[in-house]
Amino acid sequence: MKTQNPREVYGRTLVELGRENPNVVVLEADLGKSTMSCYFEQTFPERFFEMGIAEANMTSFAAGLSLTGKIPFTNSFAVFAAGRAFDQIRQGICIPGLKVRIVGSSCGLSDFGDGSTHQSVEDVAIMRAIPNMTVLVPADGNETRTMTRALADYPGPVYMRITRNDLPDVMPESEPFVAGKPHLIRQGSDIVVYANGQMVSLALEAAETLAGEGISLRVVNVSSMKPVNKNELAAFADGMNGVVTAEEHSLIGGLASLVSEVLQGRSVAMKSIGIKDCFGQSAHSYEDLLQAYELTPSHIAAAARQLR
Amino acid sequence: MGAHRWPAASSGDESIDGSVPNYLNNNFPGSSRPGTKIMKITATEKTDAKELELIARTVRLHIVQMVGVGQRGHLGGSCSIADVVTALYFSKMRHDPSNPSWPDRDRFLLSKGHAALVQYAALAECGYFPKDELKTTKRFGSILQGHPDLKSTPGVEANTGSLGQGLSIACGIAAGLRIDGRSSRVYCVIGDGELAEGQIWEAAMAASAFKLDRLVVILDHNGLQAMGPIVQRFNTSPLPEKWRAFGWHVSEINGHDMAAILNALDEADGIKGQPKIIIARTIKGAGIPFAENRVEFHNGLMDAAQYEAACELFGSGRTKN
Repeated sequence: MKTQNPREVYGRTLVELGRENPNVVVLEADLGKSTMSCYFEQTFPERFFEMGIAEANMTSFAAGLSLTGKIPFTNSFAVFAAGRAFDQIRQGICIPGLKVRIVGSSCGLSDFGDGSTHQSVEDVAIMRAIPNMTVLVPADGNETRTMTRALADYPGPVYMRITRNDLPDVMPESEPFVAGKPHLIRQGSDIVVYANGQMVSLALEAAETLAGEGISLRVVNVSSMKPVNKNELAAFADGMNGVVTAEEHSLIGGLASLVSEVLQGRSVAMKSIGIKDCFGQSAHSYEDLLQAYELTPSHIAAAARQLR
Repeated sequence: MGAHRWPAASSGDESIDGSVPNYLNNNFPGSSRPGTKIMKITATEKTDAKELELIARTVRLHIVQMVGVGQRGHLGGSCSIADVVTALYFSKMRHDPSNPSWPDRDRFLLSKGHAALVQYAALAECGYFPKDELKTTKRFGSILQGHPDLKSTPGVEANTGSLGQGLSIACGIAAGLRIDGRSSRVYCVIGDGELAEGQIWEAAMAASAFKLDRLVVILDHNGLQAMGPIVQRFNTSPLPEKWRAFGWHVSEINGHDMAAILNALDEADGIKGQPKIIIARTIKGAGIPFAENRVEFHNGLMDAAQYEAACELFGSGRTKN
């Protein structure tokens, strides 16, 4: 399966947007070679702002740029983009509904070496809780590209979290971005797995394994966490024996919470794969962390077996 | 993505430049007020210091009336900057109350957003909305929220009041205007208590690093934060030295001397290549004897006798001239 690096795709797509739309401006807090905003800097230096290591000012500064009709993309690691600048996002951007794009890179545990200070386990939860905010979690390079492209025209504030590592393509290249739409990635008849980010591709691996055991897994990519089409999301659980959610994020406030909110009142068994109300830590390999935090295809498969 | 929340505010506008509906064309109030001649506020029309002092009394009367009797309101910090705000809206700034989203307007941001009353008074006097709206300030459904809200109030440029953020937003506006090649200036009022916010200094560095010379900051240096004198509670001095060290052009004035305010604002126009700050030494509650320099009027309430006395002070002053 073809793989792409989402942040690489994001950086290249920003340059495309810059060519097409003179109002696109990019702000960076000294992580341009990680977030890949460096490509935009090289191409459009006059529309690129190195804001220094000052995420709060960067975020409010972006609000000001949007008030002059610019379409600002702010860049940092997810933990800082969403966490350190929370109040700036809430007060100056979300209350008036400004078109500012907050892009959180190296999300989840994907910055494995840097440990808990740099790993975001709660960014989706805090962004999702802010009224007016749109929250996007692309599952692969293709979706990162279509979402990034859509953000040039999309109304209101947006938070998008992007992982650090390569991901296999799970979404078709041509699939247009539709806010709120959950995507059926693999049809199945026994258990539905709602996943987002890299957990979508891990859920597909689990589905392959379980197919050999006679268990049919349906995989749904919930990349648009907010808004979300609740009817479409719930319909994927119709006729299923159970529901699994899978996210590289705390079980509090993210996809497990979202699916629980949407399915409330239904009698269907549910199990959730995610980070269990704890912080990350350093490791020499990302895979070691995913294993330790029980975020692997085998953990998804085990949850599905229990619901069969 | 409806960003609009308040039922009484008629703006359904989703435009990215924060523009507001132009429903004020037929409602311009200048002629209804004797003793002043605020027929229009444009780049060419200047109002002299004497006239501005008179307008400032009316602005303070509005502030007092918005607070009313037995309700808490930010009387102190609104009155301390009333003269500066009056000078900006009625003389210095290029703006058009009948077209709040005019792209070439000068911008005014009240980073110390809790002093919203003074901005509402000025906006109403300019004609951005009917003066009757002032009576609804902070009431449920009002276009006049407790802190400036750009979707609710014509003429408000940003959502401010979470302290420290307005200056950063002003910097971003200044940068955006520069990209567009507009000559608009950005005026931003910050408070001295607000200087404790680290974001102020992030913004101060950014304005200097980006040489945002269309940005003019006025520091309302009234010396009191909510809990007491700043030098006792959390000393942020020395102020001019700090701002100079951050690369700003610094001037210091008496913030209640209208001629000095106008001079400092004019002087700022001539300084290129760096942001400018005017440190305005002010008196919290200025103009209201019982509230002057009294920390309890940071967000205080007036009894009926105080209210009548304050109204009398500004009401009678308004008609005498």
